[in-house]
Amino acid sequence: MRKIIGIILLCIIAWGIFMSLAKIPFGKSESKVGNYYVEEGRRETGATNIVTSVVVGYRAFDTLGEVTVLFLAAIGLGAVLATLKDKSRAVIEDASLILITGCKFLFPLILLFGAYVFIHGHLTPGGGFQGGAVVASGFLLAYLGCRGDRISKVGSAIFESLGGLTFVVIGMIGLAIGSRYFLSNFLPKSQLNTLFSAGIIPIIYIAIGFKVGSELSGIIDQMMEES
Amino acid sequence: MAFLQDYIYYIGAFGLVFIGLFIMLTKHNLIKVIIGLSILETGVNLFLISVGYITNGTAPIFSKPGLNVREMVDPVPQALVLTAIVIGLAVLALVLALSIRLYKHFGTLDLRKIKELKW
Amino acid sequence: MIIIVSLLVLLMFISAIAALIFKDLISAVIAACMVSLIAAILFFLLQAPDVAMAEASIGAALVTAVFIIAIKRTTRYEE
Repeated sequence: MRKIIGIILLCIIAWGIFMSLAKIPFGKSESKVGNYYVEEGRRETGATNIVTSVVVGYRAFDTLGEVTVLFLAAIGLGAVLATLKDKSRAVIEDASLILITGCKFLFPLILLFGAYVFIHGHLTPGGGFQGGAVVASGFLLAYLGCRGDRISKVGSAIFESLGGLTFVVIGMIGLAIGSRYFLSNFLPKSQLNTLFSAGIIPIIYIAIGFKVGSELSGIIDQMMEES
Repeated sequence: MAFLQDYIYYIGAFGLVFIGLFIMLTKHNLIKVIIGLSILETGVNLFLISVGYITNGTAPIFSKPGLNVREMVDPVPQALVLTAIVIGLAVLALVLALSIRLYKHFGTLDLRKIKELKW
Repeated sequence: MIIIVSLLVLLMFISAIAALIFKDLISAVIAACMVSLIAAILFFLLQAPDVAMAEASIGAALVTAVFIIAIKRTTRYEE
C-alpha cells in the first residue's frame, strides 16, 4: 500500500518537474557573476585555478562556515559514541601477509600524494578538501593493515587545532593591515603559475588540508572501537 | 536524438533523486533509508553541475598562456558543489553514529518496531 | 559521444535500482559506491575536475568505509 502511494506521488512530482525543466536550456549559461570571476580572477587573486580563487579568495567566509560544520559534526560524533563501550572483547587476528606488507609500503606514498594535492591547490585541480580526504584514506589503510594500533589522540588534536587557528588568525591579520576587511589578501601576488604565488591562498589551503585530514581520521578512529 | 542530447544529464540527475526518494519512503530498515539519502544527495549535486555547463567549453583553469576566456565553464556551481559534498559526508557520519546508539538501546533497527516501543 | 553518456546513465540507474532490491546490506552499500563512481566520471565529462576528484575520494571511498563500519556494529541482513 505504501509502495503504490509512493509511486503515485513521485509520478505527480516528476510531471511537475518536467514541465518546468523544459524551460531551462542546457549548454547556455547566462550568469554574469561567473563571467566576471573568470575574466578578472587571474588579475585580482593571482591564482590560475579559478575554482580555487572562488572558494578561498572571493567567498572565503563560506569556506570558514563549512570548516565549522565539519568540526561540529566530528564533535557530535565523539559525544554520541563516547560512552558506548563494547562488552565483548573479540580476539584480534592478524591480517594476511600481503596486506601487512602492502600497508607498510604504501602508507607514506599515499601521505605524500595527499600533501602534493593540497599544496598545489592554486595551480592544478585539487585543494585542501580533496588532499585531506586522500590523507584520511591513507590512515584507513593503516587501520586495516596494522590491527591494534591507534593514532595518537594528542597528535591528532594538535594538528586539527593548529589548522583551524591558522585560518582564523590569517583572517584577523587581513583585518588589521592591508585592505582592512576579514580574510583580505595582504601578501604580494608574484608571477602567475609559480608555487609561491597568489598571496594567502596556498597558506589557507595547507591549513585546511591538515585540519580535514586529521578530522576525518579521527571520525574513522572513533567509529572503529575495537580495543 | 536531439531530445536526448539536450536532456540526458537532467534525466540522469532526476532519476537518481526519484530512486533515492523512493528508497527513503518505502523501506523499513534504517540503514537502507540512509543509503537512499546518500543516493539523493549525489543526484542533487549532479543536477547543480549540469546547469552550469556551456557547450564546447573547457575547465576553468589557466594552465597554458593562450587559453580563450570566452569558452570557460561557469565556476560558481563547482564551488557550491565542493562544499555540498563535504557537508554530505559529515551529516552521514553523524547519522550513522546515532543509528549505532539506537541499535544498542532498542536491539533492532526496524522502524516499525521502534515506533511501537514505549519508554 | 552521446552514446557513451547514455550507457553510463543507464548503468547508474541499474546500480541504484540494485541498491533498492538487495537484502544483504553490504551488497547495497557496494551498489551505492558504484553510483558515486559513475557520477565522478560524469562530473569529469561536464568539465569539472575539482568536483570529480572530491566525489571520487570522499563519496566513493570514505562514505563506503563509514557505512561498512556501521553495518559491522549493527545487523547485516535487512529483516
